[in-house]
Amino acid sequence: MPLRWDEFIVTGDPFILVAQISIVLTSIIAVVALTYFKKWKYVWNNWVTTVDHKKIGIMYIACALLMLFRGGVDAMMMRTQLAAPELDFLSGQNYNEIFTTHGTIMIIFMAMPFLIGLMNVVVPLQIGARDLAFPFLNNLSFWTFFFGMALFNISFIIGGSPSAGWTSYFPLASNDFSPGVGQNYYALGIQLSGIGTLATGINFIVTILRMRTKGMSLMKMPMFTWTVFITSLIIVLAFPVLTVALAMMTFDLLFGTHFFTLQGEGLDMLWANLFWIWGHPEVYIVALPAFGIFSEIISTFARKKLFGYNAMVASIVVISGLSFLVWVHHFFTMGNSAAVNSFFSITTMAISVPTGVKIFNWLFTLHKGKIRFTSPMLWSLGFIPNFVVGGVTGVMLAMAAADYQYHNTYFLVSHFHYVLIAATVFSCFAGLIYWYPKMFGHRMNERIGKWVFWIFMIGFNVCFFPQYFLGLDGMPRRIYTYLEGDGWFTLNFISTIGAFMMAAAFALFVYNIYYSWRYEKRDTTGDPWDGRTLEWATSSAIPPHYNFAHQPEVSERDAFWDMKEKGIDLNASTDYEKIHMPNNTWLGPVMAFFMFTASFALVFSWWIPAILSGVAIFVCMIFRSFDYNDGYYVSVEEIEETEKKAKEA
Amino acid sequence: MPSSFFKWISLAMVAVFLSGCGSLTVLDPQGPVAEQQSDLIWLSIWFMIFIVLVVFVLLTIMLVKYRDRGNNDNYDPTIEGSHKLEFIWTIIPIVIVTILSIPTVMTIYSLEEAPEIEEVDAQQEPLVIHATSANWKWIFSYPEQGIETVNYINIPEDRPILFKLTSADAMASFWVPQLGGQKYAMSGMETELYLAATEVGQYEGRNANFTGEGFAEQRFTVTAQTDEAFDEWVEETQENAPSLSEEEYMHLMVPGHSEEMTFSSTHLEFVNHAYDATYSLEKRAELGYEAHSPHSREGKAFDLPLLTQPIDTDKTYEVELDDE
Repeated sequence: MPLRWDEFIVTGDPFILVAQISIVLTSIIAVVALTYFKKWKYVWNNWVTTVDHKKIGIMYIACALLMLFRGGVDAMMMRTQLAAPELDFLSGQNYNEIFTTHGTIMIIFMAMPFLIGLMNVVVPLQIGARDLAFPFLNNLSFWTFFFGMALFNISFIIGGSPSAGWTSYFPLASNDFSPGVGQNYYALGIQLSGIGTLATGINFIVTILRMRTKGMSLMKMPMFTWTVFITSLIIVLAFPVLTVALAMMTFDLLFGTHFFTLQGEGLDMLWANLFWIWGHPEVYIVALPAFGIFSEIISTFARKKLFGYNAMVASIVVISGLSFLVWVHHFFTMGNSAAVNSFFSITTMAISVPTGVKIFNWLFTLHKGKIRFTSPMLWSLGFIPNFVVGGVTGVMLAMAAADYQYHNTYFLVSHFHYVLIAATVFSCFAGLIYWYPKMFGHRMNERIGKWVFWIFMIGFNVCFFPQYFLGLDGMPRRIYTYLEGDGWFTLNFISTIGAFMMAAAFALFVYNIYYSWRYEKRDTTGDPWDGRTLEWATSSAIPPHYNFAHQPEVSERDAFWDMKEKGIDLNASTDYEKIHMPNNTWLGPVMAFFMFTASFALVFSWWIPAILSGVAIFVCMIFRSFDYNDGYYVSVEEIEETEKKAKEA
Repeated sequence: MPSSFFKWISLAMVAVFLSGCGSLTVLDPQGPVAEQQSDLIWLSIWFMIFIVLVVFVLLTIMLVKYRDRGNNDNYDPTIEGSHKLEFIWTIIPIVIVTILSIPTVMTIYSLEEAPEIEEVDAQQEPLVIHATSANWKWIFSYPEQGIETVNYINIPEDRPILFKLTSADAMASFWVPQLGGQKYAMSGMETELYLAATEVGQYEGRNANFTGEGFAEQRFTVTAQTDEAFDEWVEETQENAPSLSEEEYMHLMVPGHSEEMTFSSTHLEFVNHAYDATYSLEKRAELGYEAHSPHSREGKAFDLPLLTQPIDTDKTYEVELDDE
């Protein structure tokens, strides 16, 4: 189709204009600032090309926070539109695009990268490794995620956002009913970042299986590492399904195949099945690491071992297995036989058993402890009651015959926000605050942190609890307006107030980052919380790039706690040996950039630039195959100097 | 502060829950199908309140009793677990899940069959209505009566209704909360849903599955009438309503809304979307309707047409473009 310039750039909407202006302004400010302060080289050498897992982790988290902002603004706009009946704040089409991007961004570009960021920072430290198994791949994973995110986000101002919902059910998502480039952005943006996620999964499996320090058997691994390990297995099993499904979608959209469309005997339910065979395990990809984070924090601040470690491990294994057996509960209402619905009802309800085991184990970790109510602990404790509310309503939804009534309603919306926010968002905040000193060398301010927690927690309940009743009162999800006679005004209005409280809490959280950077005391110990696991055994503020001067040796589960009790000081000896480390890479970001240009060209069906970019990707791969650079040695002198500095600080 | 707060929240939740439920449409069933579902929902609500309370109370006790007060006499960091306790909290959820599974499975099976109406002289033979979703309107055909309506249905009370659901285009979900749960309507397929009303009255129905721009307004009214009133309405419609020609029907395939319409024949005579998935696309093309990106000039110029009876069969949907 011939493309007009004024259609390439989305026009005619004030929100989009604001977005365009702010994106252009931010870009200009960034470029000017980097040039003025002569930081281009620093940024390139220390961040863009880095293979250091901690820095990559920080970049993931920074992007995730940015996306939390974007997804949050989407949410605010939706809640404003729904605050009262028949408002004209957003048009139907606008609303559809916004809830679509809200869902996609929060799951794919906020929840997952936030957790992957924390995994990156923490896991190698927790298992006493020097880096991930494949440092180059880790860099490439980050940049494919980054460019996937960029691609998905620019749809808002260039060409138009997808509007078929984050599930993109066919035939609605086909060209017949969703004309324009929005769905192309969806297919290619998620595909690009999904490649990175799949690679990350492989990377963590190998890292955890092969790079644990001496003495750390699998059953001595910290719980967070366990959850990351199981999560990575789920990623490796589930993401290929998404990859294939998205590729089929891309073919339908760009090349006229008919896998899912109305024409050519396409099967719309095939998309729904493929999507949820990935999509349901995806829920656990963002929930299991959260469970790991809470386990670490609750144990640390109750100053006790995790209660029932073996049962905790067993339950995550069972959950991960069941997560692949329940996908049909997302479409109980599609007219399956009673036998099918019964089977998936029971398997879905069965997930509550291992989850319940975990909840009670956390509760009994508190038993006979000395509980300190620090802000990470508050998030972890707040998680328990909220998640239980989300969990029990999940059981209600699992009962297929009853689900016919709540399916596609606000009851569901409320349920999955209770589960995802209480588990994932709470854990992201908890984990970030908890490991913040490790990344930046100082804690976040506790007083502000507690305010953030209470405002967010109350706002969250004010926002989502009324939605259960809206669902039971027949309000379907995804409607952009309703009538006065529907009687949903009061509850919606309350819900909107809650949403704005959460937004205020987020703003305060961001302010806290600034405040803490300016005024909080620097941490010199490396162990500000009196921690239990190995990450606290090395210095604060992005530990030296080699992590540990001496590889720690582990004999107990809470390894660092054990060392402290036995009076072992890892850093006592100054007898160092040279350490082998990987080199930085320019190939990762460059290759990901070409993937971005290829995808962007495909969105608009510009075949020649797409093919050229594809060739460039292959050239990069060939280049990489002949790259025999296998890293370098950190000299003893450098280690001595770094360690001396860390001790003096 | 946290412990008392959680307690307060849990009490408030229960209070809100119990006071608010009576008037909620899903928990205000007007027929045997919705009633079975509402019973199941209430059963689950009681179990869930019990579970939530147990966890909240336990959490409160832990937080009050074991908070760090400087000298914790009962501090014992050596505890690693307890097989007995863990066994208990594995078994209890299994029991609860089992208890909930049995009525769930029974209800799932029971909803697949025509509901039994307890009234003595009730007619148990279901009335068949084909419900077809077409962006963004509902088309209802009564094959036995040979009549068709758009965006509203009249049904006799105390008689099971068998809805045969399909869609002319995007996947929709047919839902009348007070009469029973929803089911998907998909083109090229037919799903079946039994509903019944035991009270005379008007009930709101709608599409519950997102189908694009006009989704929010894809609603319809269900009027449950006495047998006599229903028969009268059928007769009158057969006599007075215009019949539905294919040419008129084609215009219903164009995306847009419609007011209520009534016809004295059904579209099943020339198409059943359950067997002809692409019919709507072909007819749109014939009428000159093209789908445009909502961000293109054409897309912006295009308004959802509102069809009213009688349809202007000469009208085509080529979108006028300003060349400027």
